[in-house]
Amino acid sequence: MALFTIAEPGQSKTRAPARRKRAAGIDLGTTNSLVATAREGKAQVLRDAQGEALLPSIVTYSATQAPHVGVPLALDNAQASSISSVKRLMGRGRADIDYPLPYLLEDAPGGGMPLIHTVAGKLSPVQVSADILRHLAARGGAALGGELDGVVITVPAYFDEAQRQATRDAARLAGLTVLRLLSEPTAAAVAYGLDQQLEGTVIIYDLGGGTFDVSLMQLQQGVFRVLATGGDAALGGDDFDRAIALWLLQAAGIAQTPALQEWRALLAVARTAKHGLTTAAQVPVAYAAWQGVLTRETYYSLVDGLIDTTLRACKRVLRDAQVQAGELSNVVLVGGATRSPRVQEKVAAFFGRAPLCSIDPEEVVAIGAALQADVLAGNKYGAQTLLLDVIPLSLGIETMGGLMEKIIARNSAIPVARSQEFTTYKDGQTSMSLHVLQGERELVQDCRSLARFDLTGIPPLVAGAARVKVTFQVDADGLLEVSAAETTSGHHATVLVKPSFGLQENDIADMLKNAYTAAEADKRLRKLREKQVEALRHVEALQSALAQDGAALLSAEEITELTQLLQELRALAATEAADAIESLTQRLNEKSLDFAARRMDAGIHKALAGRRLNDVDL
Amino acid sequence: MAVTLTSVAAQHVAAQLAARGKGLGIRLGVTTTGCSGMAYVLEFVDEMNDMDQVFENHGIKVVVDPKSLVYLDGTEMDFVKTGVNEGFEFHNPNVKGECGCGESFSV
Repeated sequence: MALFTIAEPGQSKTRAPARRKRAAGIDLGTTNSLVATAREGKAQVLRDAQGEALLPSIVTYSATQAPHVGVPLALDNAQASSISSVKRLMGRGRADIDYPLPYLLEDAPGGGMPLIHTVAGKLSPVQVSADILRHLAARGGAALGGELDGVVITVPAYFDEAQRQATRDAARLAGLTVLRLLSEPTAAAVAYGLDQQLEGTVIIYDLGGGTFDVSLMQLQQGVFRVLATGGDAALGGDDFDRAIALWLLQAAGIAQTPALQEWRALLAVARTAKHGLTTAAQVPVAYAAWQGVLTRETYYSLVDGLIDTTLRACKRVLRDAQVQAGELSNVVLVGGATRSPRVQEKVAAFFGRAPLCSIDPEEVVAIGAALQADVLAGNKYGAQTLLLDVIPLSLGIETMGGLMEKIIARNSAIPVARSQEFTTYKDGQTSMSLHVLQGERELVQDCRSLARFDLTGIPPLVAGAARVKVTFQVDADGLLEVSAAETTSGHHATVLVKPSFGLQENDIADMLKNAYTAAEADKRLRKLREKQVEALRHVEALQSALAQDGAALLSAEEITELTQLLQELRALAATEAADAIESLTQRLNEKSLDFAARRMDAGIHKALAGRRLNDVDL
Repeated sequence: MAVTLTSVAAQHVAAQLAARGKGLGIRLGVTTTGCSGMAYVLEFVDEMNDMDQVFENHGIKVVVDPKSLVYLDGTEMDFVKTGVNEGFEFHNPNVKGECGCGESFSV
């Protein structure tokens, strides 16, 4: 019990305890966004004046008014442009967008994300996202009584570095301090783990408007560990709408691609039909002059393929982590599209258990983010919670022969730092070019190039004597920093990897699939490349030794013989005959053994000649 | 509406006012802060404000602003010694919960 003393007038307020930090969690979704905040360990989503928690991720720009976020204003289309699903464009290139969009895009000067045409000018997806974030932050600030000190923003687990960076940039543009970017399934796990003390191995099935994520998580005593992630960054409830819309076009007998405006109307009809089928067995649909009925059976035939795609991703994730469906303690549903009875049905059948949806699947991510924001902002609650995330694909560097040397393995928990020592390949080599790669394949050409940089100032030493330590560091947000340092001289170089376009989910999936199917061929190729490098290394070493001491230590015949073998091996190393290269390398090695011994003797003789044993510092 | 002092508390306030050499009395108030929502303010009074309410107990003026009074109505201020600690303590009938240290409270 505190006892009080009387303070001087106006002085007592200085003793007030530190202000609780205003922190919020933001689920920046493709279709809808939410903001939530935690109070005394309980999180709740914040609602607008109408009691709506979901903010449609649509920004309406007009030439005269400030951007409007949410349900589009009923303005004339000539005066306003409504931009939706902008999340799909974040960190993406123009070439990546191969589906119809209800607005026009154009290439940005100098590459990067495409610009969106609006009546208020050309805007980058980052600017549109920033407008959404600004709106959500204002809602959060109003609820908490002041500007937010920090936010946690959720992103799909599969968002690559470019997409994460774009999200970060949007937050900065909106004037927000990002405490952390948190992957959506991880946020959902936080919500369940902290609120309801769920423990065990859990699969998070997140089917949102535009993205599908599946994450296998292990929850243990408040520690969240992502065992494996997978998904499809371009599959979601929007695709269900699109499938219905295309069916409508076909049913209505319309052959040509509809104009933007008609397409938007068509999607609205499709969405209403989809929602209707949640409860009804069939719904009446009408488009243009055509009228008809969409039955559940037809709807299922349209979307079952999409759902099966998600289940295949689940299967891959289970296989990656070597977990059987029966070992799972729970299946958690996240995302508005999981409200669909068909999705729940198929997920339940696939995993052999009824999925969990005790927290509103649309709010669960924002709630988890809010809890995490509360912890990260330094508000006492749950301060011990440690969150582990993983990197989706291995990271490494290129080594001689075009091989990928993995430094951080796929599915390593982040933050992580790993080092490996490399050395020079040629005598007197003073610089080294480092090529940072991401992927699972053995050869550089099959992996994704992330960055290149040079390390200079390596002291000129014989091949293999210099020690270059390469360190890969991935921070908690998944951003990669690679540094290289020559250990004797201390020269170092660093690169922060921010690719202009990162990997897409499809790329990641393809790369993984290729890594499995090409495993055998890759192994053979790696062996060949290793033999080739080995052979050439011997050739180089012998050549410089011959130039230096050949005349002094060898007879003319010996020199001829070695030179001939040397040329033979050099020619053979260019072919793909791995075994022949190996045996010839072996033969050259044997032939040059005597020469090597003589060189060593000569070296020792030179070092010791004319000196007394006591003077020699052995 | 009233805030009271125990006679022991009044003696200590009088002694402290005398030692300070000036002051009309003490001000008791609340601020919206602290881990349980509200915290007490206890200060000497050199100037009164227009809306202030004054309660006189054992010759000591206790000044309370009207906003604070709704949270403090019926409060008795006491002076206690516990071990080596001594100081003022509040018995506030409006309090529903207190934080562990007793510095803040909720109503």
